[in-house]
Amino acid sequence: MRKIVFALAATLAVTAVTSALAEDKYKACFIYVGSKTDGGWTQAHEVGREYAQEKLGDKVETVALENVPEGPDAERAIERFARSGCGIIFTTSFGFMDPTLAVAAKFPDVKFEHATGYKTAPNVTTYNSRFYEGRYIIGQIAGKMSKTGVAGYIASFPIPEVVMGINGFLHGARSVNPDFKLKVVWVNSWFDAGKEADAAKALIDQGVDIITQHTDSTGPMQVAEERGIKAFGQAFDQIKAGPTAQLTAIEDTWGPYYEKQIAAAMDGTWKGGQSSWDGLKDGILSMAPYTNMPDDVKAMAEATEAAIIDGSLHPFTGPINKQDGSVWLKEGEVSDDGTLLGMNFYIEGVDDKLPQ
Amino acid sequence: MRIELQKRPTPSALYAVLSPFIALGLTLIAGAIMFTILGKNPVDALYSFFIEPLTEVWSIHELTVKAAPLILIAVGLSVCYRSNNWNIGAEGQFIMGGILGSLVPILMPGFQSWLTLPLMLLLGMAGGAAWGAIPAFLKTRFNTNEILVSLMLVYTAQLFLDWLARGVLRDPNGNNFPGSIRFPSAAQLPEIMPSQGSAHYGIFLAIIAAVIIWFMLSFTLNGFQVRVLGANPRAGRFAGFSQTRMTYFAFLLSGGLAGLAGIAEVSGAIGQLRETISPGYGFTAIIVAFLGRLSPLGAIAAGFMLALTYLGGEAAQMTLGISDKVGRVFQGLLLFFVLGCDTLINYQVRLVLRKAAPAAGGQG
Amino acid sequence: MDIAQNILLTIMTAATPLLIAAIGELVVERSGVLNLGVEGMMVIGAVCGFAATILSGSPWIGMLAAIVAGAVASLLFGVLTLSLAANQVATGLSLTLLGLGLSGMIGESFVGSAGIKLASLDIPVLSDIPLIGRLIFGQDPIFYMSLILTGGVAWFLFRTRAGLTLRAIGDNHASAHALGINVLKIRYLAVMFGGACAGLAGAHLSLVYTPQWVENMTAGRGWIALALVVFASWRPWRVLGGAYLFGAVSIGQLHAQALGIGIPSQFLSALPYVATIVVLVIISRDRRLTLMNTPASLGQAFVPDR
Repeated sequence: MRKIVFALAATLAVTAVTSALAEDKYKACFIYVGSKTDGGWTQAHEVGREYAQEKLGDKVETVALENVPEGPDAERAIERFARSGCGIIFTTSFGFMDPTLAVAAKFPDVKFEHATGYKTAPNVTTYNSRFYEGRYIIGQIAGKMSKTGVAGYIASFPIPEVVMGINGFLHGARSVNPDFKLKVVWVNSWFDAGKEADAAKALIDQGVDIITQHTDSTGPMQVAEERGIKAFGQAFDQIKAGPTAQLTAIEDTWGPYYEKQIAAAMDGTWKGGQSSWDGLKDGILSMAPYTNMPDDVKAMAEATEAAIIDGSLHPFTGPINKQDGSVWLKEGEVSDDGTLLGMNFYIEGVDDKLPQ
Repeated sequence: MRIELQKRPTPSALYAVLSPFIALGLTLIAGAIMFTILGKNPVDALYSFFIEPLTEVWSIHELTVKAAPLILIAVGLSVCYRSNNWNIGAEGQFIMGGILGSLVPILMPGFQSWLTLPLMLLLGMAGGAAWGAIPAFLKTRFNTNEILVSLMLVYTAQLFLDWLARGVLRDPNGNNFPGSIRFPSAAQLPEIMPSQGSAHYGIFLAIIAAVIIWFMLSFTLNGFQVRVLGANPRAGRFAGFSQTRMTYFAFLLSGGLAGLAGIAEVSGAIGQLRETISPGYGFTAIIVAFLGRLSPLGAIAAGFMLALTYLGGEAAQMTLGISDKVGRVFQGLLLFFVLGCDTLINYQVRLVLRKAAPAAGGQG
Repeated sequence: MDIAQNILLTIMTAATPLLIAAIGELVVERSGVLNLGVEGMMVIGAVCGFAATILSGSPWIGMLAAIVAGAVASLLFGVLTLSLAANQVATGLSLTLLGLGLSGMIGESFVGSAGIKLASLDIPVLSDIPLIGRLIFGQDPIFYMSLILTGGVAWFLFRTRAGLTLRAIGDNHASAHALGINVLKIRYLAVMFGGACAGLAGAHLSLVYTPQWVENMTAGRGWIALALVVFASWRPWRVLGGAYLFGAVSIGQLHAQALGIGIPSQFLSALPYVATIVVLVIISRDRRLTLMNTPASLGQAFVPDR
C-alpha cells in the first residue's frame, strides 16, 4: 500500500504544485453543517456566499465545505481551511463554536466568523440575525388572519433561538389578539419533510388554522396548501410550494453581511471579538411579498416592518408575562439582547411545556 | 453473459494480499472516468482523495482521530458477527458509553485525579455493554430478533442523549444552549503529541484492543468457541458450548468496545458531551468489520482506509470543488470494488460469454 | 368523525412507504438474501421519481422511473452478492452510502422545484361509503398498490408453487439447488422486486407524502422498513400491521405534543421504537413459530457447484 501511495504521490505532486500557485486571490472560506442544496439554512448561507463572490468579483476566491458534522470533524475541516491559506473563515452552525475557537487559537492571523454563537476571541467575531423581528411580523399577521385564534408551531430543537422565535411569534399575535394561543410540536429534526408534514396535519386536526415552522423543508407548506389553511415560509420564499397558502416568508439574506465582512478583512478594517446581531434594517433578513391576505392586514404588516426598521418598535416590548403569569417585562420595558440570546422560558399563551 | 464462481480448495493466500490492490486499481479507473465526466481533472481528484491527506503530519493525526472509533467498534463487531450474533446497534452502544463515562466529569467536576480517566473509560465500557446486553437478554430469554432490537435502541439512545444534553446535563453557564461543561483536563484523553496534531490516545486503545481480541480469537478456548459456534452452531452445541453464554459474550464485548469508543471520542476528541457525538461511526464500523474480513487486525487496516476516504472527500471538496455527494458516491464505489474483489480469495471467477446449457428444473 | 378520519388518513400516509419497502424486502429475505440497502434504494427511487416527474410533467412516469431506478440499484447489489458472493451485510450498507450520495448528485438541480402530486384516485361508489369509504377507496394510487402488493405477496408466497420454491431457497439453498432449482436466478428476481418496491416507496415520499425533493428525504425510513420485516417474522399481513402500528404511534406522539401534555418530546419521539421492541418481544416468545418463519439461509452466500 505504502509503496503505491508514494509512487503516486511523486507523480502527482507536480500537478498539485501548479494548481496551488494560482492562488494569489484573497480566500474566504465557509463551513456548512448541511448540504448546499438543503433548501433551508445551509442553502441560505450558500446563496450568501455566491452573492458575496459576485459582488467582490475577481479579487476574492470563496470556497465551501458542506455536510461537515459538528464535533471533531468540524475542527479538522476548519483547520484544513486555516492551513490552506484562507484569510477569513465563516463557520455557519452553532455547533461549530468550540471547534472554531480551538482552531482560532492556533491560527492567530486567520480571521474567524462564527454564526449564532456566544464565544468570541481576538480573531473570532460572531454574527447572527434578528429573526425574531420577522417572527413578530408573521405573528401579527397570524393574529389577524386566524379564525380559531390558535396557531400551530412546528419546532426543531429547544435551543434559545427557537424559543425566542416562538415567543416573538406569539407576542406579535397577541399584540392584535390578546387571547391568541399557540400549540407547539417538536419534531426533533431540522429536516424531515415527512415528519414535518405529519406534525402540520396533527396540528390542523387539533384546530389550528395557521401554521408556522422553525424547520427547513416545505412539507408543512404543502400540507397547508392542501388543507386550505395559511402558513409562513422559512428561510426562503416558499410561494411555489404554497401559492394560495403562503402569507409571507422570513428570508435569510446573509449575502450583504458576507460581502461587508470579506471586504473589511481584505482592507484591514475587520475587527475581532465583536458580536454582530443585525436585523431587518441591515438586510440580513427580509420579508417575502405579503400575499393571500386582505389589504388591511398587509398594510399593518408593512407598517410593523417599517417601524422595526426605523427603530421605533422593538418586538419584545412590555408588558409581557411569562408562561406562569409572572411579569417578565413591565409596560414599555424592552428586553436586553442577553436575555433573548439565552432564552429558555415561554411567554404567556403557549400551550406546551418547555423542555428543561 | 454470466459470472461463474468455482470454489478454491483452500483460500488463496496470493489474492488475500492482492485483492485490495486490484480493488484500488479498479477504483482508480472508475474514479478517473467519473471525475472526467464531471469535468474535473482525474489525476488531481484522485490525488486529493488518496494522497493529499497523507502529505502532512497534522492530517495524519486527524486520520487517527477518525480511524480510532471505527477500529474500536469494528473489532468488537468482528467477534460478534463471527459468532453469528447480529448486532447492528453499535451506534447506540457508542452513545450510551459516551453518556455514562461523561457522568464523572459532569457530575463531579471537582474529582480530578489520575483515577478520573480510567474510571470514565470503565464506565464508558459498562454503558455500552449494558446497552448491548438488552438485545442479548431479549434474544436469549424471549427469542426476540437482535437485529431489530439493537437497531431500535440506536434511535432510543440518540433521543436520550439529546434530552440529556439539552436538559439535565446542560452546562449551566452555556447560555441555555445544548452541551455539557467542557471537561477538565484530568477528564480528557490526552493528545499524543499536542504540538504536532490532535491525535489522542484513543488510537492506542483501538490497536491494543485489536491485538488482544485477535489473540483471544486465535489462541484461547473462548475464541475457539466463537469460531465453532459461528461456523456451525450444531457442532458447537454437541461440543457443549452454550449458545446463550456466547450471545451474551458477543454483545457485551461488542457493546463494551463500542462504549469505550464512545467515551474515548467524547473525552479525547470532543471534550464535552454534546447532543450528537457520532456522525454514524456505529454504522460505518459495520462496513469496516466486513472490509477487515471479520479479523481484528484487518479492522485496523480497514478502519484507516475508510477514514482516509472521509478525509480525502474533504480535501477533494476543498481543492477541486468536488461536492460532498460525489465524494460519497466515490466512497461507495471503492467499497463495492473491495467487497467484490475479495471474492477472488475464495473463488476462481470466470466470465462466461455464451449462454450455458439450461439448468434443469423449477422456475420461480 | 371528520377528525378521526383525518388522523387515520395521516397514519395511513405515514405507513404506506414503510409498508411497500418492507414488503419488497420481505420477499428478498424470504429468498435468503439480506439487503440492508433499502434506505439507499428508496432515496434513489425518491429522487428519480421526482426528477422524471418534473422532466415529463407526469407523476405516473415519475412513479415508473422510481420503480425502475430502485430495481437497477438493487441489481448492483445483486451482481456483488449473488454473482460474486460478496458479503451481503457490507454490500447492503455500502449501497445505502452510495444511494445517499448519488441521489444528492442527481437531485442537485431539482431542489426547490415545485413538486407535482400524484393525484388521488377515488373509486366511484365505494369511496362514498360512510366512515371507511374515503379512507380505503379515496386514496392515492400508491396506497392501493401497497394493499395489492401485501395481498399479492401473501398469496404468492403461501399459495403458489413459485412462492413455495422461493421459500425453499430461503430455507435451504443447497437442497433447493439439488432439486434442480436455479437459486441465483430466483434470488436475482427477488432482489430486483425488493429494489422496485423500495423505489416505489421512495416515489411515495417524493410524489405523494411530500411532493418535493430534499436530500436524505427518506430520513431513516428504509431502516424502519428493514426492522418491520423482522418485526413481522417474515409474514406479509404482519408487515401491514407493523407498519400501521408504527405509523399510529408516530402520529399519536405528535398529537400528544399538540395537546400539550408536557412530556419531553424526545421521550415521545422514542415511543415508536420502544413500542416496536415491546410488541416484538410479546409476539416472538413462541420459539418454534419464530424459527419456522425465519428463512434459515438468510444472509448466506450461495455458490452453485458444477
